[in-house]
Amino acid sequence: MQERHTFRIGLLGLSFVLMVAALYLVFIYVPPEKEMGIVQRIFYFHVPLAWVAFLAFFIVFLGSVLYLWKRESKWDVLANSSAEVGIVFTTLFLITGSIWAKPIWGVWWSWDSRLTAALILWLIYIAYIIVRSFATEESRGARFAAVVGIVGFIDVPITALAITLWRTQHPGPTIFQGSLSPPMMLTLLVCLVAFTILYCLLLIQRVSMKNDEIEISRLKELGS
Amino acid sequence: MENAGYLFAAFTIIWAVVFGYVLLLLNRQRRQQQEINSLKEASKEKQAEQ
Repeated sequence: MQERHTFRIGLLGLSFVLMVAALYLVFIYVPPEKEMGIVQRIFYFHVPLAWVAFLAFFIVFLGSVLYLWKRESKWDVLANSSAEVGIVFTTLFLITGSIWAKPIWGVWWSWDSRLTAALILWLIYIAYIIVRSFATEESRGARFAAVVGIVGFIDVPITALAITLWRTQHPGPTIFQGSLSPPMMLTLLVCLVAFTILYCLLLIQRVSMKNDEIEISRLKELGS
Repeated sequence: MENAGYLFAAFTIIWAVVFGYVLLLLNRQRRQQQEINSLKEASKEKQAEQ
């Protein structure tokens, strides 16, 4: 128990240091982008938020598969917790994307393939959380949610690849094409690691709380 | 600095949502711990009576 607590404190400290480093790199170190100017710096948080959201939904997919296969509640707890954190990250990348779009495209939103697929992704995982409440018993709700978590994951590669599969207003694939200068790539990587550590922290916290909810139900059953 | 307001808004929203979510989790966890402690106390008292 003490080791787990020490690990969490360590991870929190690391997350804080990385976030401070990320802020320094984004606002002080990295040079401004020539075409979009200062507002382009949203990129350094917008992209990691999206990538970490995809990671979160991959964990939901894995947890859902393992739950349907093994029927052990720990996998459902993992999937459920990751879905909730994933929804927070998806909400943030949708909002930051919209804020970035306004000065560049002149609109807050457009129904292009990447944005639409991302919005559908958000709705799928909202549905993942809600679908549990429609079941009469918890294990049934977990099974419904697991199916949504597996099928819904199809939208993650669709969202990621939309900019290569279809013509879109969204900027094309520049990161892996070597279009970023070394300072920009370093800034992006530090931000990505910072947000990944944050996701891990939030996931651990959420899993711990779900386990507490299970403990509460068990104690209530013992008491009755 | 053109469009600095949009940059400020984006970062403010990110930190507000992240901190808000963390506070929500901590608050919920505190209430859960209180409930676990009171249920354990009640269970001990019940066992003592028996």
